[in-house]
Amino acid sequence: MKPPPFTYHDPRTIPDVLDLLAEKDNARLLSGGQSLMPMLNMRYVLPDDVIDLNLVDGLSGIEAANGSLRIAGMTRQRDIEFSDAVSACCPIMTEAILQVGHRQTRNRGTLGGSLAHLDPSAELPAVAMALDATIHVESKRGRRDIAMADFPAGYMTPSIELDEMVTAATFPLWDDGHGYAFIEFARRHGDFAIVSAAALLTVDGAGRVDRVSVTVSGVGPSPVRCTEAEDMIMGQTPELELFREAAETARAYDAMEDVHAPSSYRQHLAAVLSRRALEKAQTRLGGSNG
Amino acid sequence: MADRRRISVTINGDTYEREVETRLLLSDFIRHECELTGTHVGCEHGVCGACTILLDGITARSCLMLAVQADGHELLTIEGIAPNEDELHPLQQAFMDNHGLQCGYCTPGMLTTLLEFLRDNPDPTEQEVRIAISGNLCRCTGYQGIVDAALDAAGRLRAEAGA
Repeated sequence: MKPPPFTYHDPRTIPDVLDLLAEKDNARLLSGGQSLMPMLNMRYVLPDDVIDLNLVDGLSGIEAANGSLRIAGMTRQRDIEFSDAVSACCPIMTEAILQVGHRQTRNRGTLGGSLAHLDPSAELPAVAMALDATIHVESKRGRRDIAMADFPAGYMTPSIELDEMVTAATFPLWDDGHGYAFIEFARRHGDFAIVSAAALLTVDGAGRVDRVSVTVSGVGPSPVRCTEAEDMIMGQTPELELFREAAETARAYDAMEDVHAPSSYRQHLAAVLSRRALEKAQTRLGGSNG
Repeated sequence: MADRRRISVTINGDTYEREVETRLLLSDFIRHECELTGTHVGCEHGVCGACTILLDGITARSCLMLAVQADGHELLTIEGIAPNEDELHPLQQAFMDNHGLQCGYCTPGMLTTLLEFLRDNPDPTEQEVRIAISGNLCRCTGYQGIVDAALDAAGRLRAEAGA
């Protein structure tokens, strides 16, 4: 349970990080370390070089402007948790982040680390999927933006190249008064969720749903948007029976199976939790979001 | 060739300068290099919470940090909590009085976690205490004594702050 030998680098600027990434062919970026350090301790990963991002300038910060929330990669989960700007304009992010690990891990863990690690049950990738976030990545070859829908390439594998790093993510904001909910089922508060669900909702003047987003995670290898459920709810008057029918579509998704839960149980949770998330989002419609 | 660096870390007010291998965990630096064995190491992958320390005033799991990352920083460990050799911190006294420990293995992590928590939430509910210690495993007490101790300590610390 000790990390294998590696060469440690602590660059101070983004160009220095990108130079190292371009040069080293078996390197790992160390951000908050709340996933990479256990993987090093258990020797699941054996990098020749570890590039520590903790001393790099200009990689953290939260900015809400022009209808979107931009959070830099090295921003600590703690700073998102305690940000008044985030809870005011993007309350689903605050609700989700309070379910990310424990205080001790949120104090160190980062947004970019969680997105790049892409654990199938992690909360932040699920929020990114629910909000149609854009992930900003950078390498020596240049910058590019990846839609969250295209970001997962497979189980715990983001669609970024070995010389690229996640520098920030932009989350489009929903209108004031939108309904939202992020709920999860875990064996113990702060444990990895077995399944979680996110729902966002707005209604028009006639009380019909004019925008909806439903996401489940911990089911497949990466978070899934429940597009069938969204299509069933769109344009309808929100009510419990509709939510129940729509959420039932999540039961048909292919689900992982492991020591914590068989796939049938995950499918059951996907249906139940997405219904509960929709119900909770509805109760918050018209609130002051915050 | 091992990758080594010279680092300087302040722990409980004392400065420790050592040359260490860059892969050395902060928990092992504290225990083996600085000989402060009050910080316990349970799982070494960030699950049990026993190795929790305060880094510049906020908690972190020392098994999930490299010692080199603490270079130039200030740490507080279990050894630095009591005001002096003869007196316990009110949180430590509350643990003693409420059977908040049995074997003592999880205790350093419980105390460091609760020190930060009670500083930020001086008047918590029982449920808030349970969530605060949800990242710390205890296999002896069933947690009830720890929760009682935390609530008792909160009262003592409030009284102290008011006095």
